[in-house]
Amino acid sequence: MTAVDDRPTTEIGTARRRKEDARLVTGRTRWTDNIQLPGMLHLAMVRSPFAHARINGIDTSEAKAAPNVIAVMTGQDIADIQGVNITAWPITTDQVNPTHLPMPLERVAHTGEVVAVVVARSAAAARDAAELVDVDYEELPAVLDLKAAATDEVLAHPDLGTNKSAHWQLDSAAQGSGGDVEEAIAKAREGGIVIEREYRQQRLIPAFMEPRSTVVDPTGEQVVMWTATQAPHVLRFCIAATTGLPESKIRVIAPDVGGGFGGKLQSTPEEFITLAVARKLGKPCKYTETRSETMVSAHHGRDQWQKLTLSAEKDGTVTGLKVELLADLGAYAALVGGGVPVLGAWMFNAIYKFPAYQFNTTNYYTNKTWVDAYRGAGRPEATYAIERLMDELAAEVGVDPLEIREKNWIRHDEFPFTTVAGMTYDSGNYEAATARAKELFGYDELRAEQKRRRESGDPVQLGIGVSTFTEMCGLAPSRVLGSLNYGAGGWESASIRMLATGTVEVVTGASAHGQGHETAWSQIVADRLGVPFENVEVLHGDTQIAPKGMDTYGSRSLVVGGEALVRAADKVIEKAKPLAAHMLEASVDDLEFAAGRFTVKGTDKGVGLTDIALSIWTGHDYPEGLEPSLDADATFDPVNFSFPHGTHLCAMEVDTETGATRMRKYVCVDDIGVIINPLIVEGQVHGGLVQGIAQALWEGAEYDEQGTLVSGSFVDYTLPTTADTISFVTDHTTSPSTSNSLGTKGVGEAGTIASTPAVVNAIVDAVRHLGIDDVQMPCTPERVWKAIQSAGGTQDAAPAADAQSHFGDGAPNQDPAAGTTDGAAQ
Amino acid sequence: MIPAAFDYVAPTSLDEALSVLAEAGDDAKVLAGGQSLLPILRMRLNAPEKVVDLGRIEALRGVRDGGDHVAIGAMTPYADVLGDALVREHAGLLARAVETVADPQIRHRGTVGGALVHADPAGDVGAPVLALDATMVVVGPGGERTVPAGEFFRDLFETAVGDGELLTEIRIPKHTGWGSAYEKFVRVSHQWSIVAVAATVRVEGGSIAEAKVGLTNMGSTPLRATAVEQALVGSSASALADACAAAADGTNPPSDLNGDADYRRHLVTVLTRRAVQKAMEG
Ligand SMILES: Cc1cc2nc3c(=O)[nH]c(=O)nc-3n(C[C@H](O)[C@H](O)[C@H](O)COP(=O)(O)OP(=O)(O)OC[C@H]3O[C@@H](n4cnc5c(N)ncnc54)[C@H](O)[C@@H]3O)c2cc1C
Repeated sequence: MTAVDDRPTTEIGTARRRKEDARLVTGRTRWTDNIQLPGMLHLAMVRSPFAHARINGIDTSEAKAAPNVIAVMTGQDIADIQGVNITAWPITTDQVNPTHLPMPLERVAHTGEVVAVVVARSAAAARDAAELVDVDYEELPAVLDLKAAATDEVLAHPDLGTNKSAHWQLDSAAQGSGGDVEEAIAKAREGGIVIEREYRQQRLIPAFMEPRSTVVDPTGEQVVMWTATQAPHVLRFCIAATTGLPESKIRVIAPDVGGGFGGKLQSTPEEFITLAVARKLGKPCKYTETRSETMVSAHHGRDQWQKLTLSAEKDGTVTGLKVELLADLGAYAALVGGGVPVLGAWMFNAIYKFPAYQFNTTNYYTNKTWVDAYRGAGRPEATYAIERLMDELAAEVGVDPLEIREKNWIRHDEFPFTTVAGMTYDSGNYEAATARAKELFGYDELRAEQKRRRESGDPVQLGIGVSTFTEMCGLAPSRVLGSLNYGAGGWESASIRMLATGTVEVVTGASAHGQGHETAWSQIVADRLGVPFENVEVLHGDTQIAPKGMDTYGSRSLVVGGEALVRAADKVIEKAKPLAAHMLEASVDDLEFAAGRFTVKGTDKGVGLTDIALSIWTGHDYPEGLEPSLDADATFDPVNFSFPHGTHLCAMEVDTETGATRMRKYVCVDDIGVIINPLIVEGQVHGGLVQGIAQALWEGAEYDEQGTLVSGSFVDYTLPTTADTISFVTDHTTSPSTSNSLGTKGVGEAGTIASTPAVVNAIVDAVRHLGIDDVQMPCTPERVWKAIQSAGGTQDAAPAADAQSHFGDGAPNQDPAAGTTDGAAQ
Repeated sequence: MIPAAFDYVAPTSLDEALSVLAEAGDDAKVLAGGQSLLPILRMRLNAPEKVVDLGRIEALRGVRDGGDHVAIGAMTPYADVLGDALVREHAGLLARAVETVADPQIRHRGTVGGALVHADPAGDVGAPVLALDATMVVVGPGGERTVPAGEFFRDLFETAVGDGELLTEIRIPKHTGWGSAYEKFVRVSHQWSIVAVAATVRVEGGSIAEAKVGLTNMGSTPLRATAVEQALVGSSASALADACAAAADGTNPPSDLNGDADYRRHLVTVLTRRAVQKAMEG
């Protein structure tokens, strides 16, 4: 037996340990901040302490005189080359956009905005001198609250005359994908059920592990930028489009990047400032932020008010859904900031067969940190809303939340299914995932325990939360993006280079930042080309090595980038075929390719792909008219999204005396199609779950009335650790995707999207009998306790300021005569 | 995060430390475990010219038997206090509280003395030390003095330890045979107390003979719930709620992202009942 025989018969499906981890976890790798260049200078930013202020003057003289300081620059000093931080996705053609200069010249629009930069011989000297820069600010009224922004009483950007950026609508009647939602709601008001709720998606901070860092070397023919980014190609485009540097003169390198969660897909002011300063001085420059700077200046996520109206028949059959969002963009339209709420447009209807649907988002500017994609981007918001609503509907009808879902979901034999929003779901089996989840969860026993606790008046109540989610991932068919006014395509590119000595170089445009692309890509190529896993090297994240790419976000790497890779591999095999025929003196038609070898059918004659690679490298003997190369490129533009789904079940205990919550059990059965590497998937699911659970329970970016971020460090922005979570039970069903040949669906965001409503549903379920039908996120013990107090009729209890949010007095949901009730009064 | 530049000295004796401090005056800051001071320096909330590291003064470290009391050197790290047999036997309440401080790394470096002088009202060492009627030993240019715990905490981040002085030892009267519990309420595990209650009781014949209750983060200093302590005398485990209802009397808790003052006032009554109940169990 040789070692080769111990190999898995297929790499795909094997739980390979990640090949990149050895260098990542031993500290052998080089993050951007580890890069040292000869003569390199260090930057420190001077940031606005005010949310909104006019800059009347900046005195840099004292800072300039400080030891080891080379220069101090303001927006004026780099105005000619600093460029603009553009948005790639104006959601309407008349979207209002404030100009976002990396360093504003006249006015700051949020706390933490950069107004000057100190350049010194060391980072410490730069930091010391930054404190000596004297900025004369004239404070302006700031608009901080999203609903206040909608009134236009105080303007985030006075020159724009409004805080409103854009309004975007999808209406099923108008686009012909369904009925009229107003009609459906009006009918339900007569003799059906109308559920009206207002939910809050709090502001979150994508807490990636590695703070952002940028090094720029302007000394060569090309300007080279190393930066901790998810999107080197997009960044290069943005720099070229706005700074006057030709694209061919810019090389952007994303070395190993320590996580992003969307937070590093931005083209940031700090990158642009570092570039401008390096060009001005002609010296390599480095800027590395502190965590406190990350918190105020890297983009935030979520931040919506969601007004929802669901109509149904008395038996719980849904008839319509109307969504009205207010979305806070923060001070500027970020790269895809305006589009993030729009990504929810196709997902609020989720797995349910709504006959009528309407989605609206109105996006506003405020004087807060800008907002953009954060793990899930638009889809967690949608999933949260619909999964909370389905629980409300179940309570209203008086049935189990799983029963109401089953009544309304798309059955497995109905795929492919075109939804009321106009999407065609590729595949799925909600019945199978739910059945498996129930079994793993011990659903019936937990329901029995819940009943016992209720009956005995146990101070600790138990609740069960359901989330039968779906999402769309694999962004995105370029034509669809074009129709949405998005500024770029959604294709991905891959190249395969067959090296003479038998190893393979794979180049991918999907820039990894910790997910394990190198391992998964190697597995795909190893199977496809029949070469050993170890012999595949995956290159990425450098615009010179991987010249084409759309980078990594929206769970797209595998389903779009992986498919590009498959196509490149197939081209390699196609190119090798005539060469094999030549070497074997056989006809092309008589060849078959398997396990890395071409063989002549019905004989034992054969030649390995790597032998062909060596032969063609020498170029000594190959058929005339062919090119001496096996290398191939492919660019894949998807024709559809893929639609992972799953059933998540969560049991939460609520201590009614304190409002404290404790997770008892969490089960998820996800269907992400074919799994390339179960270990990587497990990691993505676990991490995703924790981030989603954290939105439900712990995280929230909070500002005070002055516009200062109160949760500006990890003392107050309460991230969970392993000590705060339990062991999750995970499993999978498999409905292969039909939108790519590997049959894969994305998994990067699934856990985050699904888990948030499961947790909140469980908390509400635990205390629903006390008269509670909502607790605002994060569900802090204080909020839970106050909800119990106000609902339980304890007269002297403090009012639940932010729980139980409904439309307000006189709203239809508060008026039994209007044919609906609160859902809580069952 | 880079602190402003400072000079660093690491004296090896108490006398040397005192003279360095006397010389430097206002410009010096004492460094113990650094778990509060370093974040402050790195966030540039303070910029002393000189940092005086007490880490090399052996005499300030360790736990010894002082006869009627347990004496804990100010520089004893949490981890050592936790594992110490004398502390566990005679001042169990302190061990219970220290167990809840942050995480193992921080407990390895942070010191009991540093925590007491830092005097963060949300810190977990103040309330048990106060409840246990400890005495603090403070040394300065004028010699040594002792301060009862009840007079030690002055205000937010302010204690009886003056400029140029050092806390050297914490003396805790032996509470041998007392049951104790520390009920700490947090949202995430590594958090400072939102509210915590330190309770230790002496039980005789199934009811409370003596009770001591300290409160964390219910005002600008650790507090003693004296009304509760008195009301508890004679109570049995099944009838604690009434006595504990007064736990919030005389407190002035903060309002912040974790909860407003009203919520804290409510919490403290629940936590006091639970702490006393647990303390009675052992
Ligand atoms: C992430 C994190 C989480 C934490 N969580 C908790 C928690 O849950 N509960 C909790 O109680 N604490 C917590 N802490 C704080 C920790 O307990 C600190 O160790 C403690 O507050 C200070 O002790 P230290 O030995 O580190 O003192 P240092 O930080 O070195 O010093 C603190 C202050 O005391 C002064 N000082 C120190 N020793 C003396 C002395 N002998 N005489 C005079 N002055 C002195 C210093 O000059 C300084 O002003 C946490 C800290 C961190 C970083």
